[in-house]
Amino acid sequence: MLTSEQVNRVAHLARLALTEDEKQRYARQLSAILDYAEQLANVDVSHVPPTATVLPVRSVVREADVVNQLLTRDEVLKNAPRSDGESFEVAAAITESS
Amino acid sequence: MIDHLTVKAVRAGLQKKQFSALELTHAYLKRIHEHNPRLNAYISVNDEEALQQAQAADERIAKGDDTPVLGLPMAIKDVLSTKGLRTTAGSRMLENYVPTWDATCVANLRSAGAIFLGKTNTDEFAMGSSTENSAYGVTHNPHDESRVPGGSSGGSAVAVAANLCVVALGTDTGGSVRQPAAYCGITGLKNTYGRVSRYGLIAYGSSLDSVGVLAKNAEDAAIINSVIAGHDPKDSTSIHSPVPNYVDEINSLKSKIQNLRIGVPKEYFIGGLQPDVENAVREGVRAFERMGAVVKEISLPTTHLGLPVYYLIATAEASSNLSRFDGVKYGLRVNGDDLIDMYGKTRQAGFGDEVKRRIMLGTYALSAGYYDAYYIRAQKVRTLIKQDFERAYQEVDIIMTPVAPTTAFKIGEKVEDPLQMYLTDVFSVTLNLAGNCGISVPCGFDQQKLPIGMQLMGPALGETQLLSAAHTYQFSTFN
Repeated sequence: MLTSEQVNRVAHLARLALTEDEKQRYARQLSAILDYAEQLANVDVSHVPPTATVLPVRSVVREADVVNQLLTRDEVLKNAPRSDGESFEVAAAITESS
Repeated sequence: MIDHLTVKAVRAGLQKKQFSALELTHAYLKRIHEHNPRLNAYISVNDEEALQQAQAADERIAKGDDTPVLGLPMAIKDVLSTKGLRTTAGSRMLENYVPTWDATCVANLRSAGAIFLGKTNTDEFAMGSSTENSAYGVTHNPHDESRVPGGSSGGSAVAVAANLCVVALGTDTGGSVRQPAAYCGITGLKNTYGRVSRYGLIAYGSSLDSVGVLAKNAEDAAIINSVIAGHDPKDSTSIHSPVPNYVDEINSLKSKIQNLRIGVPKEYFIGGLQPDVENAVREGVRAFERMGAVVKEISLPTTHLGLPVYYLIATAEASSNLSRFDGVKYGLRVNGDDLIDMYGKTRQAGFGDEVKRRIMLGTYALSAGYYDAYYIRAQKVRTLIKQDFERAYQEVDIIMTPVAPTTAFKIGEKVEDPLQMYLTDVFSVTLNLAGNCGISVPCGFDQQKLPIGMQLMGPALGETQLLSAAHTYQFSTFN
């Protein structure tokens, strides 16, 4: 069973605020899912490479960097929850006290 | 006028002037407004633009223009971006999001003159197997409205099955086109990874996501696939390979069922499989045998590992992909005391239960101390699953299995137990892990008159053969 400390840590990494009820429920449900996933521990993969993509990996020579049709600033900002018309508005990421 | 209209019949009807695109679109919109309040297949209905598109299509037709989808009223799953048309991904997070560009598959259809009736319901960010995880309410299966339509492309499947459109686009990360197609009694094509551009598809599991087609039959799926498949410079994972003319191919390949080698993997006929489903799929296999196919039992020994591998890899990728929903560039924002607090509150309010659960699971699998044991190990077992298929395709051309262990289940039946819900994907996820293609084909009904689907699986870029086999089967069964 995941501890509440583990749940808090994962929630923080995922930038998810959770209620106490959600924390308890996810601890229980994620534990059940991880128990189910334990069957992978019994598979011998000592000589097996991981698959990150099914596509054959190939080196690509960079092509000429051509500027294509671009979104206008208005289009880019259109869906922003807050903007001043020129940029996204967001609380300071770095403040003097930090 | 519109009952059971196919893509092919629409084109013929428009050419023969049996109806105009405008008349057709009016008829579909009327039907949508009549039935959607009950079925909830559409999140957004695109009345105004659809009628404009229909008018434009009629003008093009009058000038002698012709494409396979000109004037075709269709539906688009709401995880595919549509320029100027709200795209929610089934989430509160994107309740007011209006894309400023089209997904490439949507752009291809738009320029070919298709008509977009609206955006169909989906599990939030395509995470689910029943369409119960949508923030916009559950979609109801037209065969029994107390049951789920499957998911995550449940809205698209119901729109096609209930004649609320001719054909629809869906997406498939772990079975999300094939399983709803099976539950709703229609045909669902899942393309090879990279065959259709993912540009403009709101990402869930980027190494698994693929665009597919939900259709009345394989021929319709072939027509749509010819328009949406192909390399796209905007998607570095799209495949550089010429797109076959699927429609010509399937009509000329009919005789090729003769000596087609079909593998039936014993691991897909196990305990928990509903007897009616097993019988119908085995009867489907026998139908192919009668048409000259050679059937043999094969083994895909890693089948049972597909689910745990899928739910670790897909959620890991999702946890990374969904970090973009941070209340800054688009979507919901809930103000907080500082930046971190704003992120947490925004994501708490914007995401539903299943999405949070998957983000948590994926973040855990990627976190320091667990990365090797879960994520990397899952990727290694993924290699074994892929190798299983590669071995199998040395001795058979296609593989036939059930799409899902049961027919459509009751709404609410599995929502309390996520693991039980995940188990419905046991026969569909392996295909995505291997990056191959598959098609879900109706093959009968159970005792409760609920549709059963059989899955035809093919190797990478095997769409032509799958569509051809499905088309021949449907032609011989229903004509």
